[in-house]
Amino acid sequence: MTTTVDQLVAPAERDETPSGPVWLLRDSWTEALRHLRALPRNPELLMFATIQPVMFVLLFVYVFGGAIEVPGYSDYKQFLLPGIFAQTVLFNSSFTGVGVAEDLSKGIIDRLRSLPMYQSAVLIGRTMSDIVRNVITFTVMLLVAFAVGFRIEGTIGEAILATWLLFFFSYAFSWIQAWMGLSVGSVEAANSAGFMWMFPLTFVSSAFVDPSTMPEWLQPIARNNPFTIVTNATRALYNGRPPGSDLWVAIAWAVGITVVFALLAARKFASSAAK
Amino acid sequence: MPAVLAEGLVKRFGETEALRGVDLEIERAKVLGVLGPNGAGKTTTVRILTTLLKPDAGRAILDGIDVVAEPQRARARIGLTGQYAAVDERLSGLENLEHVGRLFHLGTAVAKDRARELIERFGLVDAGHRVVNGYSGGMRRRLDIAMSLIARPSVLFLDEPTTGLDPRSRQDVWELIEELVCGGTTTLLTTQYLEEADRLADEIVVIDRGMVIARGTADELKRQIGGDQVEVILEDPADASRVIELVACHTCGESHLDGGDGRTVVMPVTSLDGMVPKVVRDLDEAKIVVRDVGVRRSTLDDVFFALTGHAAENGENGEASDGEGGASADTQRVEEEAQLG
Repeated sequence: MTTTVDQLVAPAERDETPSGPVWLLRDSWTEALRHLRALPRNPELLMFATIQPVMFVLLFVYVFGGAIEVPGYSDYKQFLLPGIFAQTVLFNSSFTGVGVAEDLSKGIIDRLRSLPMYQSAVLIGRTMSDIVRNVITFTVMLLVAFAVGFRIEGTIGEAILATWLLFFFSYAFSWIQAWMGLSVGSVEAANSAGFMWMFPLTFVSSAFVDPSTMPEWLQPIARNNPFTIVTNATRALYNGRPPGSDLWVAIAWAVGITVVFALLAARKFASSAAK
Repeated sequence: MPAVLAEGLVKRFGETEALRGVDLEIERAKVLGVLGPNGAGKTTTVRILTTLLKPDAGRAILDGIDVVAEPQRARARIGLTGQYAAVDERLSGLENLEHVGRLFHLGTAVAKDRARELIERFGLVDAGHRVVNGYSGGMRRRLDIAMSLIARPSVLFLDEPTTGLDPRSRQDVWELIEELVCGGTTTLLTTQYLEEADRLADEIVVIDRGMVIARGTADELKRQIGGDQVEVILEDPADASRVIELVACHTCGESHLDGGDGRTVVMPVTSLDGMVPKVVRDLDEAKIVVRDVGVRRSTLDDVFFALTGHAAENGENGEASDGEGGASADTQRVEEEAQLG
């Protein structure tokens, strides 16, 4: 208690601001830690994020499962669950947009932008920490899937590759969400804007049914939907079938989306202001 | 060399000119109050000086560093407390402080030490380990200010630090800022509250519609518009003209009769020092019977009104009150002075 205000505020001797890739990583980690620390404090948030996919698994398997037949799969579960996995990890990318919008509206991004840190670390830290959240919900969902009878029929290597692809794709989408979160500025807007377009994206696809059952005008859309390609690649890998070109096209989509939207988000970030 | 020097800052947002050539200067260890209504350009000025926004024209030097050319070096020297308490509600007070310390690259151990020091100093020890979500508005603001001090900034920016606080918390924050200021922190403080600028700032610039329309100490500003007044209430209204003649040597403007009763003489003075005794003595010698002699100190509210022709905190309807001839003449004079200076 003996510290005086003088000591607290006298300008310190300062070296030049440190820089280099190591500091970019450190700053990103510091930012990621900010979000990760908060995770266990809001278990209800994580719980709700898990309940929805679990409900989807149960509904589709037990309610629609008996009515839907897909070519090439005798068991609908083996077809369906990789699709639900893909949808869930993609939906989870919307947490990024909501979180970014919240930081922005509370003035936290203003403060961070005034610090001598790597500016890009703010969004890198955010998107990285959202992967961790995603892994947690995914794990729970996977256990439920096993419980209802889903089996991984490929090798461990194929299963890991499939899972990695899902997360990479979701990571790419969290950059779209980050860009949107910075653009809309309010948490509510980010919430609905982030979710809305993901419904048609994930349902007009091969995730739940074979696109050839759709009306003819819709089929090319569903077939070329990047989400279909990722789902097909993942589904093939989990079931121990060759993914063919789908794997490479899916990776290319993920890389492309990440690069384009990371640049867009970074530009938006540099001119962002609390509203 | 001043700690902060800004010259001719211009900023446009589409059609609107938010800043139309703002100059300002802060001496080391002084507090500059930037006073103006909503939308006057206060925040835009702060955002430029804190590297958040690039000006369209003009330059800003902070600690000898050009903030536009070398934002990263400038950032190492500033502390910013923005309009919103920028605290992470999911973390504790200590964690918030540590987090900012790390991003200043203080090192984990130093960041922890500084966090503890500041939490003690800002009276948040009991709440230090609690999640900020449960903090009151005043506590958040204190934490917010503490966060901007973590790396011992050479210039502290406080953008409307008490907006939205209840009167008690406002008082707390004022006391806190006063202490910081006594400790020699160079500070730029924006405010819509004239009382706040009057109390905390060594020097004030008044901004309206993107321009500096006056500058000086609070006292100087008050003096510029005629300053304080002495009011003499007479027993006999018939003495009024004699009194106006008698006190002419003391006033800095025209004394005049005020009110409907015809017995109140109002005399503007540049300084109240010893003025009342002088007036009383003169009137006594002239055997004029007086009911009461009082003083009316002009407030920065009066200054603001005289300068801008509209009341503070109410920037939108500026044209409403141009009627007062004396006031608008004064406005012009001060504006000219501001431009010359």
